[in-house]
Amino acid sequence: MSASRARREPTLQRPGTPPAIELVDVRKAFGPTLIIRGVSLAIEAGTRQALIGPNGAGKSTLFNLITGKYPVSGGRIRLRGEDITGRRPYEVNRRGLSRSFQVTNIFPWLSVFENVRCSVLWSLGYRYSFWHWVDAAREVRERTETVLEQLNLAARRHIPAGLLSYAEQRALEIGITIAGGADVILLDEPTSGMSRSETEQVVQLIRQVTAGKTLLMVEHDMSVVFDLADRIAVLVYGEVIAHDTPARIRASAAVQEAYLGVPQGAG
Amino acid sequence: MRRSAVWLAAAALLAALPHVVRTSAAVPVMNQMGIAIVFALSYNMLLGQGGMLSFGHAVYFGLGGFIAAHVLNLAGQGVVYLPVPLLPLVGGLGGLCFAALYGSFSTRRAGTVFAMISLGVGEMMAASALIFDKFFGGEEGITANRTKAPLLLGLHFSTDRQVYYLIAFWVLVAAALMYAFSRTPVGRMANAVRDNPERAEFVGYSAQTVRFIAFCAAGFFAGVAGGLFAVNYEILTAANMGLAASGAVLLMTYIGGIGSFVGPILGAVLFTFLQSMLSDYTGIWLLYLGLLFLATVLFVPAGLAGALMMHAPAWRAGRLRRLVGPYLVAALAALVAAVGVIGLLEMVHFLVTASPAITTKRLFWTAVPVRTLLPWLAFVALTAAGALALRWAAPRAANALAEASRPAPASAGGGERRP
Repeated sequence: MSASRARREPTLQRPGTPPAIELVDVRKAFGPTLIIRGVSLAIEAGTRQALIGPNGAGKSTLFNLITGKYPVSGGRIRLRGEDITGRRPYEVNRRGLSRSFQVTNIFPWLSVFENVRCSVLWSLGYRYSFWHWVDAAREVRERTETVLEQLNLAARRHIPAGLLSYAEQRALEIGITIAGGADVILLDEPTSGMSRSETEQVVQLIRQVTAGKTLLMVEHDMSVVFDLADRIAVLVYGEVIAHDTPARIRASAAVQEAYLGVPQGAG
Repeated sequence: MRRSAVWLAAAALLAALPHVVRTSAAVPVMNQMGIAIVFALSYNMLLGQGGMLSFGHAVYFGLGGFIAAHVLNLAGQGVVYLPVPLLPLVGGLGGLCFAALYGSFSTRRAGTVFAMISLGVGEMMAASALIFDKFFGGEEGITANRTKAPLLLGLHFSTDRQVYYLIAFWVLVAAALMYAFSRTPVGRMANAVRDNPERAEFVGYSAQTVRFIAFCAAGFFAGVAGGLFAVNYEILTAANMGLAASGAVLLMTYIGGIGSFVGPILGAVLFTFLQSMLSDYTGIWLLYLGLLFLATVLFVPAGLAGALMMHAPAWRAGRLRRLVGPYLVAALAALVAAVGVIGLLEMVHFLVTASPAITTKRLFWTAVPVRTLLPWLAFVALTAAGALALRWAAPRAANALAEASRPAPASAGGGERRP
C-alpha cells in the first residue's frame, strides 16, 4: 500500500543522531516496592515502536517517568540527547514530547474545538499572552481546523468534549496529543475499549498523524502492535527483556514464555 | 459585529439609566450595583473561569479601596497629583500587588488547598486591620473627600449622579477588559486548567502559572471595584475586606451563575437590589439572601444566567408560550410556600426581638396576632400546601421545558451527527 505501510528499518537512522528517547538505567520505587528495575532503552528517531508487557509490568509508570509526571528514583532520561531527568511535564512537552493517557484525559467542559486549540497555543508561541485575541490568531485556527479534520470531529466542534462518545473522546485524546506538533509522541493504549472497526480507524489515524515522527505506544492489541511497530520493547516486571523487530520478538522464546503465551489478537 | 453592538447597547443603557429611573433613592443603589458588578465579575475570573473557590476575595477589594482612599487624601492635600476619575486605577494596582504577593503561594494548588489558603489570608488581613491601625484606621476606618482632589477636564464629583457616570464608565471599561481577558490565550488556558490541570501541563502550560496570572487579573479588577467604592462612599472600614464581604461576592456571583460572563452581572444587580430593598422591610434580610443562595445551589446550580440559557432551545423553536401555563402554576405554588416560610420566619424573629407588650405585627398588609396559635397554624398550612403543590408542579414545569426544547423534526439543520 502506501509508503508508510512499508516497514522502515530502524538502522536507517544516520549515525551520530542521538535517539529520540534514551533511558539509562531508569529506576522507580514507590515506597519499598521497585516498579521499574533499571530500564535502559533507546528509541531511534523517526521510528514507530511499541512497548508491550503483562499487566502491572510498569508500562504506564515508564510513560509517567519519561513525561515528568513522576520523578525517577534513579537513572537518566534524555530527549534527543538532552537530559530531561527531573523536568516538569510542561517543560518536557515544550521540548517536543507529547503523550496521551490510558484513561481519557481531556478538558470535559470545553468544546471539542477549544480542546484542540488549547493544545496548539503554546507551540505556536502564544504562551501566557494576555495581549493576543485568541479568535484572531489565524495560524491557531487553521492548525486547529486541520487537526479536527484529521480526527473526523469537525462536525462536532461546538459540543462540550465530555459529551462525545467514547470512541470520539479517544480520538480527541490523540488529537490533543499531536496538535502541538510534537515530534516525539507517546500513546498509552490508544485502542483500549474499542470495537474492531473503531480500532482500525484509530490505527489509520495514528499512522497518519505520526508520519515522520517518533512514536512509542503502549498497546495490548497484538494486531495493532504488529501492524504499526517497527520495533517492539517487552517490559516484564520493571525490566526490558527484549527490544527487537516484530519478527524476532514473535520468534523469541523468552518473550513467548514471559508474555506471548496469552492468545494473540492476530498473526 | 454582534459583540460590539452588545457593548454599545450596554453603554447606551448605562448612560440612559439615571434619566429613566428618576427616583432620588435609585442613583445610590445603582452606584452600589456598578461596584458590585465589577467585584463579582472579578470574582468569577477565579471561580467560574479558573476553578478557584476563594473565601477571601474581598481582601483585594478592600486593600485596593484603602490604598485608593489614602491616595485620594494625599491628592486632596496636594502631595500627589491624581484626579478622581483615575483613582480606580490606583485601587486596581493595589489589588494587583497584593494578589501577586498572596497568589505566589496560594495558586500552587486549586480545590480545597486554595480555598483554605484564601480563608487564611482573609482572616490574617482582618486581624491586620486591627493591628496596623495607622493604615486601616482601626474601628472608624479611613475617610476621604473626593471633592478636594484636582479636577480632570473640569469634571466635578460632588453629587451621586456625577459619581454614577464615573462608576458607569469604569464598569464598562472593566467589564470589557475582563471579557477580553477571557478571550486571550491565557484566559482560555484558565478554563483548561479549571477543567483538567494535569492535561494542561501536558500541552505545555504550568497550571500554577496560569492560575497565578488569572489570580493577579482578578485581584486587579477587585481593586478597581475597591477604588470605585472609595470614590463613592469616601470611607473604608475593615469590614470591607472581611469574611462577610468575601461571602457576599461569592453569593452574588453564584446566584447570577458562574458559567457565563453575564451571570455575575445579573447576580450583582439582583443581590444589591434585594439587599437595599429587603433591608427596608425586614431585619432578617440576610437570612433571605442566604435562603436564595441555598435554593440556587440546590435547584439551579447554573444560576440565574444558566436558568435563562436553558430556555434558548425552546425560544429558538418558538415554543416559549407553551411554558407559560406550567410555569404559572409552579410560580403560584412557590409563592404560597414562600408566604408561609416568610410568615413563620418573621414571627420567630418578632418573638425573639419585640418587647412582650407588643402582640401584633404587620405581615403581608395585615395585623397578625403573633402571640396566638392561629397565625402559626395558618403559615404552617401555607408552607405545607405550597411545598406539596410545588412537588406536583415543578416536575411538570421541567417536563414542559424538556418538551419545548426538543428540536423540531422538520428543521434538522444544526446538530447533525456523525454516522
